[in-house]
Amino acid sequence: MSRPSDHYESSAQTITEPQLGLKGWLRWFWRQLTSMRTALFLLLLLAVAAVPGSIVPQRGADPNGVVQYFNDHPSLAPVLDKLQLFDVFSSVWFSAIYLLLFISLIGCIIPRTKHHLDAVRAKPPRTPARLSRMVGYRTYTLPAAPEAEPSGARPAAIEHARTLLRSSGYRVALFQDARSQSVSGERGYLRETGNLVFHTALLGILLAVGLGGGFGYSGQKIVVEGQTFVNALVNYDSFNPGRFATRGDQLSPYSLTLDSLKVAYETKNTNAIGQPLDYTANVTARKPGTAATNTRIKVNEPLDIGGTNVYLLGNGYAPVVTVRDPSGQVAFTGAVPFVQPDVNNTSIGVIKVPDGLRQQLGLQGFFYPTKHQLPTGAYTSIFPGLRDPMLSLIVYGGDLGIDNGVPKSVYTLDTDHLTQLDGMGTDQPALQLAPGKTVELPNGLGTITLDGVKRYASLSINHDPAQGWVLVFALCVLGGLLTSLFVPRRRMWVKVIDEADGGLRFEYAGLARGDDPGLDAAVATLAQRHLAALGFATGDPGVDAGSSTSRRKA
Amino acid sequence: MTETLSQISVYFLFAAMALYAAAFVAFALDIANRAGRVSAAASAAPSAVARRAEASESTASVGAVGGTTTLTRITERVEDRVQQAAASRSLRWGMGLTIAGFVLQVVADVLRGVAAGRVPWANMYEFSLTGTVLIIAVFLGVNVRLDLRFLGSFVTGLVLILLGISVVRYYVAVAPLPPALQSYWLVIHVLVATLATGFFALGFALSAAQLLQARRENRAAHGEPTGLRFLLTLPTAARLENLAYRVNIVGFILWTFTLMAGSIWAEKAWGRYWGWDTKEVWTFIIWVLYAGYIHARATRGWRGSRSAWLAIIGFGAVLFNFGIVNVFFHGLHSYSGL
Ligand code: HEM
Repeated sequence: MSRPSDHYESSAQTITEPQLGLKGWLRWFWRQLTSMRTALFLLLLLAVAAVPGSIVPQRGADPNGVVQYFNDHPSLAPVLDKLQLFDVFSSVWFSAIYLLLFISLIGCIIPRTKHHLDAVRAKPPRTPARLSRMVGYRTYTLPAAPEAEPSGARPAAIEHARTLLRSSGYRVALFQDARSQSVSGERGYLRETGNLVFHTALLGILLAVGLGGGFGYSGQKIVVEGQTFVNALVNYDSFNPGRFATRGDQLSPYSLTLDSLKVAYETKNTNAIGQPLDYTANVTARKPGTAATNTRIKVNEPLDIGGTNVYLLGNGYAPVVTVRDPSGQVAFTGAVPFVQPDVNNTSIGVIKVPDGLRQQLGLQGFFYPTKHQLPTGAYTSIFPGLRDPMLSLIVYGGDLGIDNGVPKSVYTLDTDHLTQLDGMGTDQPALQLAPGKTVELPNGLGTITLDGVKRYASLSINHDPAQGWVLVFALCVLGGLLTSLFVPRRRMWVKVIDEADGGLRFEYAGLARGDDPGLDAAVATLAQRHLAALGFATGDPGVDAGSSTSRRKA
Repeated sequence: MTETLSQISVYFLFAAMALYAAAFVAFALDIANRAGRVSAAASAAPSAVARRAEASESTASVGAVGGTTTLTRITERVEDRVQQAAASRSLRWGMGLTIAGFVLQVVADVLRGVAAGRVPWANMYEFSLTGTVLIIAVFLGVNVRLDLRFLGSFVTGLVLILLGISVVRYYVAVAPLPPALQSYWLVIHVLVATLATGFFALGFALSAAQLLQARRENRAAHGEPTGLRFLLTLPTAARLENLAYRVNIVGFILWTFTLMAGSIWAEKAWGRYWGWDTKEVWTFIIWVLYAGYIHARATRGWRGSRSAWLAIIGFGAVLFNFGIVNVFFHGLHSYSGL
């Protein structure tokens, strides 16, 4: 089962002492880099290098985890950050490993492709003089028969062998010497083809992933029921363009209205009360020049629109509140998405009232869809659905810090220039609101009403032009792998020898090229079919004669 | 109803585990007997063991059939004879008990699925239940083609340990599927991943046996005492290596498919096909390790024991991915149900 002698590796491995001079060194380095041993080393290194990416939180996959890590390990975190351990998969060292590996791969593919093309065009090699050394060797003698014409029998037998091998997909060549004639067949070029397709497709995946990431974009947007999202850069909550992506003015023009967001929770199975069963966003999609269509987005069913995919990544509650000044003038009204819902949808949110009151107000608090008071007096939610909702708010007055033009997240409140007006640490209790209720703001600033509660959908809108290519290459990887691992590459020989007494001797044998457990059986079958075609039975003891633990159950 | 069914499922599982335990004992007895038989064979026919060394393929004329002379090859080796004799009672009992346990476990698994009204692999307990069914199925299935019964004690032992841990640590009551798991990709992706695990487990056992065998052969060649007599009844290290390779590449192909199917699913559910989530990282690491194993077999100086170590490390990573990453690491794949 050793590797075939003409395998690429064998020729490339004979690394000679480098000649002096730059060119010699470069050649030597290139040989080293493209050797099988280096490929193996780099592969193993790649596996090891990926491990920290699963232990240390990654900015790409888990940004909150990274923040948390900095809080928990204030002295260690900056060191890890220097080592790019929070960005393992885009780090210099990780990239260096896979780039070297892929360079090595290119250096491997090119000569192997050449070698393979030559092999495909070449004739099968000459039949070995002593077939008895080969795998599955079998021989049968045909005693001299007075009535037969030996000079005709030999070419006929060879001709039969040739057609037999050819019909089984072998490329064949005929050889002849004084006393014998033989057919040499070779098959399984597909194996190496598959291997080359496999490795080339790996390169393809790398390129497609790299370029696709570069030309694509992804953005997030929270849309409350009844609201419409228009696909333009300004409307995104966050937007991550790829390195070469075009800017927002070229986003494909469409709009999505969230008509409703339906959520179902488990209510019967006592082991899983409150577990989500279904999220469905019913949306109306509009594209310029076409009629509006009603469709839906579910967790495993993104909406494909305008060259983008729209995913339903999350959902939550958006209490609808109205803030009035003491005279009843509306200072603020709207649905405010409360984010970071936990299992039972306790979520946090911020309401900013910049104008219309005596001072700027920031309200920060929790929303509990099904409130429950703990023995400590604190509240929590005990069911994710809206059974007994409550909004609790702490009011801050002062400067919201939004007038100087620096953009501020709508989901966080910067309390640096604000004074807390109620809640813990003040003499006023925090505000608590049920739907339909109105309460007074502290210091006679006005009133706040919880008009109702809507749901919001958290959408992710992605554009990845190379995704299809990644899939195509992935399928090539799989196909190449299957052919290269399961198509046997083998040689087969049939030799017909004139015996001294006028009889004929048939010899059959094969040669494995790579791992080929079925070779012996294949030789046996060939012999059987060949002799049968000539009108003989072989009495071969069994096709498995050669392998000791292969066992056919009767 | 759901409760009762899943309770009955647990009873079937316990019964299956009892049978596996009995099978484990039978397989272990067989191993012990093998050691005894080797000694007997060696003293009865000293040449037999010696002949094993040159057990390579020599040919000899055997007889004539009809008009053609048929030459058959000598394939009889000590290991074959011992092995044939060794279709010993305990080995047959071991296989029988394993098959019976398998049937009961399939019932347990199906009942769990019926109780839940979906495929029974949506949390750690169910992964373990279905995963071990598949490990046994792969073992039984491969045995139709290749005689790997000598791995019986390893396989039943492994399955018993996994089931024990999962019953004690991972058991959860039936719960509905969260929306992210409601996809036919759950059926495909997870099933193929567990199937791959079954093949990797067998490959691991074969590679481990190969290492032991190689050590024994090496010592025998230097005339040192070899220990572990039963190894004499197992295939040669070279043959074990080839068997391990064949089993491991099937696992590797299934794993490649797992990785791709997972990406397609991730694209549907999370909006990106690859995000280096912890579980994705480990799936990748395992894939690369086994790619390394395949390369090692084609690299000078890495055939034999070195590549076997890679297969063993690879399976270690598979177990780690399942037992540790699922439970203790954070990530999007937090479906252990714990
Ligand atoms: C990018 C990283 C690489 C990966 C993931 C990888 C993966 C694989 C896999 C899975 C196989 C087995 C399937 C098959 O035969 O087609 C394989 C085989 C092979 N690879 Fe790679 N490979 C990589 C790079 C390389 C490089 C750089 C070389 C050249 C130095 C190379 C040379 C080979 C050879 C010669 C085989 C055939 C082994 C055999 O016939 O047993 N590979 N590779």
